[in-house]
Parts: sequence; structure tokens; C-alpha cells
Amino acid sequence: MTLPKVIRGKAWKFGANIDTDQIIPAKYAIYSLDEIELGKHAMEGVPDRDGWAAGVEAGDILVAGSNFGCGSSREIAPIAIRGAGISLVIADSYARIFFRNAINLGYPILQSPQAAEAVVEGDELEVDLEQGIIRDFTRSDEYRCEAFPPFMNELLKMGGLVPWVRERLRERRLAARA
Amino acid sequence: MGMTMTEKILARASGRESVRPGDLILAKIDFAMGHDLTIPPAGKIMREQMGAEKIWDPDRVAVTQDHFQPAKDAASATLGRLTREFSHQMGIKWYFEVGQGGICHTVLPENGLVLPGELVVGADSHSCTYGALNNFATGIGSTDLACVMALGELWFRVPETLKFVYHNRLQEWVEAKDLILYVIGKIGVDGARSKAMEQVGETLKYIDMEARLTITNMAIEAGAKNGILEFDEVTKEYLDGRAKRPYTPVFSDPDAEYEKVFEFDAAAVELGVAKPMSPDNYAPLSEVIGTRLDQVFIGSCTNSRITDLRRAAAVLEGHKVAAGCRLIITPSSHQVAIQAEKEGLIRTFLAAGAAWTTATCGACLGGHMGVLGEGEVCLSTTNRNFPGRMGHPKAMVYLSNPAVAAASAVTGVITHPSEVLKHMPAGIR
Ligand code: SF4
Repeated sequence: MTLPKVIRGKAWKFGANIDTDQIIPAKYAIYSLDEIELGKHAMEGVPDRDGWAAGVEAGDILVAGSNFGCGSSREIAPIAIRGAGISLVIADSYARIFFRNAINLGYPILQSPQAAEAVVEGDELEVDLEQGIIRDFTRSDEYRCEAFPPFMNELLKMGGLVPWVRERLRERRLAARA
Repeated sequence: MGMTMTEKILARASGRESVRPGDLILAKIDFAMGHDLTIPPAGKIMREQMGAEKIWDPDRVAVTQDHFQPAKDAASATLGRLTREFSHQMGIKWYFEVGQGGICHTVLPENGLVLPGELVVGADSHSCTYGALNNFATGIGSTDLACVMALGELWFRVPETLKFVYHNRLQEWVEAKDLILYVIGKIGVDGARSKAMEQVGETLKYIDMEARLTITNMAIEAGAKNGILEFDEVTKEYLDGRAKRPYTPVFSDPDAEYEKVFEFDAAAVELGVAKPMSPDNYAPLSEVIGTRLDQVFIGSCTNSRITDLRRAAAVLEGHKVAAGCRLIITPSSHQVAIQAEKEGLIRTFLAAGAAWTTATCGACLGGHMGVLGEGEVCLSTTNRNFPGRMGHPKAMVYLSNPAVAAASAVTGVITHPSEVLKHMPAGIR
């Protein structure tokens, strides 16, 4: 699974410090192996966002404030968002385990304080992943994203940690045979 | 240039002379942990997607059945079964069955499985707890855990270190929990985001290991990557006869570089709470006295070890839970439960009209045995109170120390413990 170069979608806007219990309440951890089911309940814990996931169209983009994904280590948080049909997350900043989990899954998440501030719900966005540019057609504006360190880029390009580990296991097997 | 404790551990584990904040490293893992919510996906990813057949070192992995166990429904029974089967098939040495272990973050330290100088990861955000024992410990996801189990290695970004220096002793009634709630209130839930939280100073000398675990437990509530304390006599005593491997403590160099240094006068910290709906919403207790409560919960990896239960029992002794309020007490491990039984604490709890449960996460994450309904108000000794954490998104959760929680259960409103018990009897820790 490799990433597309350009992603287009409509923005959904959330505030700061959205924690993992809001992204996917713990009770849904029983569906940890079922991305579609998790997707149905994404963002269900955010007050006054009842039924949010049902309104998402495949390809939409989630834009949030600072410290997105704080709280628990549950990897089902980025999985639920992906399962809901969100193609990409943009935030002012991320809590570290959420960030790790997304990178490990090969799921694109971008950091752009500019976009987090300026984008309004419903804006039509186009994101150029290679150049790190977010275009807001509704506002006729452009925002920059922060670049990932090379190793993280490599993981994202490979499709996450799974192919990376497969490769290392293969190397080890070869070394053991030699 | 000197290094901090965190940097030294990461340098050693990645086979380098030194590391600097921002470096991306591949490091060897000394110990790893997973539980009933994180082992099933990690095991599946490891075997089916990564193609690994065995664990790099089954003696260096612990697995607990704690989050939704004893199974709360059929789906969590499946997670429990997958966790059990995987642990047995992989020959994991430190597997803790329902009724024998308890909450991971209590079980690992009490069994001497996480040691000074080590690099420890757990597929649970509160894995930062172990840093009280002078190690680098951090929470990871399930794909991370799968990678660790397959390779014994994982990637890290070396964090900047923030240093917290605590001066003077805590006042009567004020506990480690009040100190850390106060600190998080000052710096915010992202105040230490992705950074190391090194906590030192005279105050800690007077704080025992169980209370130190409360302090590092909540490092993640400030967004920290890890919380780490210095090795001293208290650490050594706690580990004597308990440590399962030889260990080498680490110390920060005098010329180590910190991104920022915070100084706190612990003597000025009052009893406090985190108000709904965020752990950084600190308020002195005086501001919330009299708040009506539907439920009081004493439990979790933050505040339900034996010293916590002793203080709760001292306050509850000879009292009853107020009408209109309910008290749920969940010990954080099976060993804690056995000790509580020996000391007669359970009798006190039952006589007071509390619900006493088996050792599990339970109500802490809105799992079972104490889930909150819409509009309900709870005072809890746990670590986070984001919306929906303990049940309905519109339930209100206050966080406090166990003595405040016990006193508030007696009156049914948030109460200073001295209203119920003049002084904590000498020797109760
Ligand atoms: S007690 Fe609560 S915070 Fe601790 S591990 Fe369990 S769910 Fe997490």
C-alpha cells in the first residue's frame, strides 16, 4: 500500500486536546480487529458530535487543534478514523503515541498549525503530500506542513512498520543461514 | 557534553556513545508488556502480517489480563482467550491470569520485572509508570509491540528532557497525587508533549516507592514520553529481594542539557483535584468542597496499591458511605488484595458499605463495575477524566487522592479528609 501524491476532500474541524477516549471510546476496543466497525464509532466520544461518522464521505479530511490523540495508547484511534473514511488528518500538533501509531500504520498525518488555525469545517482541501502543501479552495489560501524526519518518511512510503519489520526479519534469516 | 538519565539509557540501548534530542534511533528493548486489549492485535500483526513465528525473548515479556477481565461480555472473553492462547503458544514467561495478577502497571513493579537503567515499553499509555524505578519506560501501540516481539528492537526519537525540581516536604494530607495534579495543572495536558519528564529534589526523598509510582504514572497526562526518577535508597530497598535481573542505575550528568527547568515548592502545594473534563483542570480542594457525588471510585494503577488502601481504610474506619452515594474499591493487583485481606482493610471497606471488587482496570476506563451514566458525578483516584473516560461523555469526573475520595464517600460530597478523621494515624503509608 503506497500513498497517493495528492489527496482531495472536505474538512471536518475539531478542537484542541481531543483525546483517544473521544476518538474511540474504550468500550469499542472489543472490535480492535474490525476497522469498519470501529469506523462507525469514530469521534463518538466528542460531546455534541453524535452520529458524526455516518456523515463522513470517503476521502474527507479531519483537521484538529493541538495535542490531537492524547490519552491512551490505543492504536484503534487512528484505525477508527481511517475506518470512518477519513483519508488524512491534519493537526496543529499530535500526542506522541497517536503520532507513532499513525506512522506505523502508514497512515498520513500532517502537522500544520497554519491549517489548523485557518481551515473551517466544510472547506474543500487539496493536499500535496510530496510537497507538504495544503490548498484551501474555499478560502483560496495555501498552508505549509512540517516535514517528517527521513526515517518516518521512509516508513510512510513503505506503508508502515509491518513491511519494515518483514524486511529486517528477512535479513536476519539470511544472516542466520550464512 | 553530559547526558540526562533518559539519554544515557537510549544511548546504551542503541549501541551509541551518546545521543542528542531529536536523534532517531533503533534501540534494543529490555522488557515489554501487553494486555488483553493490546496483545490480540499485536499478536495477529506479528504472526500474520510480519511473518514472525516466535518472540525474540519470551523471558522479557509480561502479559496481564486486566482491562476487560474477568470478561465483561462475550467479545471481551474472546480478547481474553486470544491473549491467553498467544501467551501460551509463545511461551511468555510472565503471563498473569485473571485472579493472579492485576493491573499491569502495578504487577510489573511489584514483581521486580522493570529495573533501573532499562529500556521498557508497554502497549499501554501509562507504561511511563515504571520510570519511578529509574528506567526509560514509555507507551507504544500494537504495531509497535508486534515489532518489539518480532525483533526485540524499536525506533525512537530521543526526547528533549524537562527537569522538575521539588523542594521541601509535602504538608499533612497532601499526597504525591496532589503534587502531580498541581504540576499538570501548571504545565497543561500537553506541557511535556513527547518529552522526558525528569523529576528530582528533596521532596522525593520523603516519598515512598508506591507514591513515586503515582507521580510517574501521570507523566503521560502532561503528554510526556516518559517520566523518570533518580535511583536512591528508597529505590534500592524496594528492589531488594524483588528484582528479577541484575541492574545498573543511571544518573544524569551535572552538565546534562535540559530544555527547561521547573522549580516547585512542594510545601506550598495544597490538597487538590482535577475538575471535569481534563487532568490539567486543577483546583485546590477548597474550591470544590461540597460538590455532590453519585459515585466514588478508589482504584487504578495510579492510586490503588496497598498504601493507598491503608489510607482509605483509615478514613473509612467506623463510618458508612453516605446515602445517595456509592463507593467502589478495586485493588490494583492480586498481591495488594491479599495484603489488604491480611491487614483487615477489606472488613473495614465492607462494613462501610463499599463495593469491593477483584483486581482489574474496571471503572477506570469505563470498562465495567462502575461505568457512569449521563450526568452522573464521580470522584475518582484514577489518572484521567477526559469526556467519556469512565462512561457517558456527559458524566463528570473529578480526580483526587484516596483519602479525599474515602472522606467524600462518607459525606456524599467532596470533603476534606480531616472532616472525617482528625489526623492520619502515624505509620500509615
Ligand atoms: S487502571 Fe486505568 S489507567 Fe491504569 S492501565 Fe488500567 S485502564 Fe489504564
